[in-house]
Amino acid sequence: MDYNVVWFLIVGFLLVGYAILDGFDLGVGAWHFLGKTDHERRILMNSIGPVWDGNEVWLVTAGGALFAAFPDVYATAFSGFYLPFMFLLFALIFRAVSIEFRSKEESKTWRNFWDWCFSLGSIVAALLFGIAIGNVIVGFEIGSDKEYQGAFLDLVSPYTVLTGIFNVIMFMMHGAIYLTLKTEGDLQKRAKKWASKTYFVFLILYAFVTAFTIFIRPEMLANFSFGMMEPSTNHPLIINHQIFISVVAWSIVLLNALAILNILRALTKNKFLQAFVSSALMMAAIILFFALGLFPNMMVSTLSPDFSLDIYNSSSSDYTLKTMFVLALIGMPFVIAYTTIIYWSYRGVTKIDEQSY
Amino acid sequence: MEYTVEFLSRLQFAATAMFHYIFPPFSIGLGLILVIFESYYFITKDKVYENITRFWIKIFAANFSVGVASGIVLEFEFGTNWATYSRFVGDVFGSPLAAEGIFAFFLESGFLAILLFGWNKVKPWVHLFATFMVFIGSMMSGFWIVAANSWQQTPVAYEVITDASGITKAVITDFWEMVFNPSTPSRFSHTIIGAFLQGSFLVLSISAYYLYKKIHLEFATRSFTIALGVAFVSALAQPLLGHESAKVAYEYQPAKMAAFEGLYETKDNAPLYLFGWVDEEAEQTKGIAIPGMLSYLLNWDNDFVVKGLNEFPEEERPPVNAVFQSYHLMVAIGMGLILITFLGLLLLYKKTVFRKKWILWIFMLSVFLPVFANQAGWISAERGRQPYTVYGLLKTSESYSKSLVESEVLTSLILFFLIYGLLFFTWLFVLNKEIQHGPETLNPEDNLYRQRKLRINLLKFLK
Ligand code: HDD
Ligand code: HEM
Ligand code: HEM
Repeated sequence: MDYNVVWFLIVGFLLVGYAILDGFDLGVGAWHFLGKTDHERRILMNSIGPVWDGNEVWLVTAGGALFAAFPDVYATAFSGFYLPFMFLLFALIFRAVSIEFRSKEESKTWRNFWDWCFSLGSIVAALLFGIAIGNVIVGFEIGSDKEYQGAFLDLVSPYTVLTGIFNVIMFMMHGAIYLTLKTEGDLQKRAKKWASKTYFVFLILYAFVTAFTIFIRPEMLANFSFGMMEPSTNHPLIINHQIFISVVAWSIVLLNALAILNILRALTKNKFLQAFVSSALMMAAIILFFALGLFPNMMVSTLSPDFSLDIYNSSSSDYTLKTMFVLALIGMPFVIAYTTIIYWSYRGVTKIDEQSY
Repeated sequence: MEYTVEFLSRLQFAATAMFHYIFPPFSIGLGLILVIFESYYFITKDKVYENITRFWIKIFAANFSVGVASGIVLEFEFGTNWATYSRFVGDVFGSPLAAEGIFAFFLESGFLAILLFGWNKVKPWVHLFATFMVFIGSMMSGFWIVAANSWQQTPVAYEVITDASGITKAVITDFWEMVFNPSTPSRFSHTIIGAFLQGSFLVLSISAYYLYKKIHLEFATRSFTIALGVAFVSALAQPLLGHESAKVAYEYQPAKMAAFEGLYETKDNAPLYLFGWVDEEAEQTKGIAIPGMLSYLLNWDNDFVVKGLNEFPEEERPPVNAVFQSYHLMVAIGMGLILITFLGLLLLYKKTVFRKKWILWIFMLSVFLPVFANQAGWISAERGRQPYTVYGLLKTSESYSKSLVESEVLTSLILFFLIYGLLFFTWLFVLNKEIQHGPETLNPEDNLYRQRKLRINLLKFLK
């Protein structure tokens, strides 16, 4: 294993962390409008109050890590994805400030306005993340100069719209489960209902997305075939360990299936923490599938496989990867410690007090 | 002016960076003030310091959230608008950005949760510790980003290579030498002190307003005094640190220094302008100047020969008059801040500062000065670096994203103006609301006793 692979894993780890953490707070944002009274809406917003900024830092750090380790991917992806990405940034801006601004004024119009910003910002952000992931699967028109050559509208296709909607539903389910942990009484009952309802929509969409993915990228199945299918890459890690990789891949499938089933079981038994952990594991598993199917590519070129950006032709120098790995090793325990401490300090049901938003 | 991708991207980067830079200096400066007041509270357990701390926390929070929201844009804008630049510098420049996330932003956001919501939840020392960590975190994030920026001003510890796809890039040869490149120390300290000034002047301004209105007197006098101390020391330090920056700039970016002073001819006894105007056509600078002072300041020696802009071909020069003006605005404000804070201290000593309306007016309005100086400072540093993005290595005209078309950047630019306009006015509105609401007052019994004591003290003080 070389440092390029290690950095592929680190970026993957940051993205998994981001999806799980910001996933629920975007999900909570999407539900925000179902809060019936001002008090309920404040509870929804305050349930993520102390943690949303930290959650978003996972995205910022993933961006920084991508820039440091795979600058060409950073450059090609964000310039190629320009307008959708700008809309994503606007959505995140509105979301961020609406949390702070909403409570500053009693007036109904004021609060309604920021409610809209908060909810729409969350939904749009989730949708665009889903569309982005869909595009990573489909591939981009990347030329020999590593530049994206397509147009804005090429990024929108039935498949990517499907992954976009799937992502919104997944985050909403995840968010509703989080809310069951943070609320009590009637609101908690409703959150539970939201979670179970979206669960079934989620299942149906999941089936569609899986089928559609296999249809457009059948070569992703090679990782599950115990060497019976020719892998689409000749990376030694894949070629030399086909059996092992298939075992891992099927274990993830199994884990994923169990996690998905357990979400419903735990929800009906009111074991909300279990449901939340299951839903988090399920999201991690989905990202692992994608990462495995993609490896060692990071952005596939639809023009020629030679133009694809992989972890070697788009990476920084070995020296930088090594230095940054040491820094990441030093920093990561702190990151995990802060995150744990914050979630521990603010565990339990959200209560409104004078410091709340 | 043609609306090329390059031009629009520059405009957009300048607008978004300068908008972002309204907020971090307030966050960093207020962070320091919070640490001071909360320490007072922790030691004395005096309720008035609790109220002071908690009021400034509210101001801090409103500011911090806009800082965060506008910062995320910048983190990705290198990739969206400056893809060629990102490919070129990724190896070097990406590292401090990643380090900023890992070491600074996580720290900041984690302890921020305790700072904002933990007052009744955690022990007082834990809260004080959290406040301190948020302050440290915000300075650390300033450090990493300024280090990254300094490398593009004074690049060292790299080599330029061409990769298999024919793309040239700079590659680090020594990480710590890159981080502590020649201009990092002076520019980081200058930036941080600039932030202390901006934060303390906000406190001075709001306190002066209360004093003027004769409300929240105890709160206002104490906030004012502490902030005045911070502001005075920082104002004195700022020209000294700026002087260090100027020396480094002259050594590594002589064209920038020459543009700062509008110096065309290479000569000894070079003058230092107090103010002036550069005629770029005629290559002449007119204005009031101290003869020989530039030579003297750069080398403590009037005979020192300073390189002028004529040494550089025209296409290697930054926009001279623009840089000259922003630089002189910053320096003039720097001198003004020393004057104002000195006057404040003098009147404090003479015990009249809290009731003389004119001085309170000055303090109320002067919060704009450090804001403008900070903006002008960045404009000088960044425009002075032109026509390069990485000094001497990569031209701005080569840095932008090749895959973009004008209409895309124009769309985002217009949206930025609209959204940031909305944000800015909302922020002002919220700030104003917090100010009008004022700090919590003490509970009635406490208050009566205090009011009496305070009135006696104040009477003694005023008479
Ligand atoms: C001297 C200080 C300084 C300077 C020059 C910059 N920033 Fe900044 N930035 C901060 C000081 C800061 C800060 C004090 O840490 C924040 C946190 C809250 C605030 O108001 O500013 C911040 C927030 C902040 C965030 C949000 C972090 C979070 O989610 O918690 C990002 C992503 C950036 N910045 C990125 C940048 C980039 C890419 C810059 C360069 C163009 C930049 N900042 C200039
Ligand atoms: C936060 C304070 C900052 C402000 C106010 C600021 C301001 C500006 C301005 C005014 C420009 C436009 C210059 C021109 O086009 O003539 C610019 C460009 C640029 N700056 Fe900064 N800057 C800041 C920090 C940074 C930092 C910290 C970095 C890097 C880490 C950076 C990197 C760039 C780049 C890449 C450009 C685009 C190329 C160019 O037009 O020069 N800036 N900035
Ligand atoms: C009073 C005399 C001052 C002098 C001689 C001075 C000098 C300088 C110089 C030479 C630079 C450019 C450094 C470079 O490009 O490498 C600079 C930049 C800057 N200045 Fe000043 N300055 C002064 C006052 C101030 C004040 C009062 C503030 C803010 C309150 C301020 C804020 C800044 C900022 C934010 C920058 C950009 C960051 C940097 O390049 O360091 N300066 N200053």
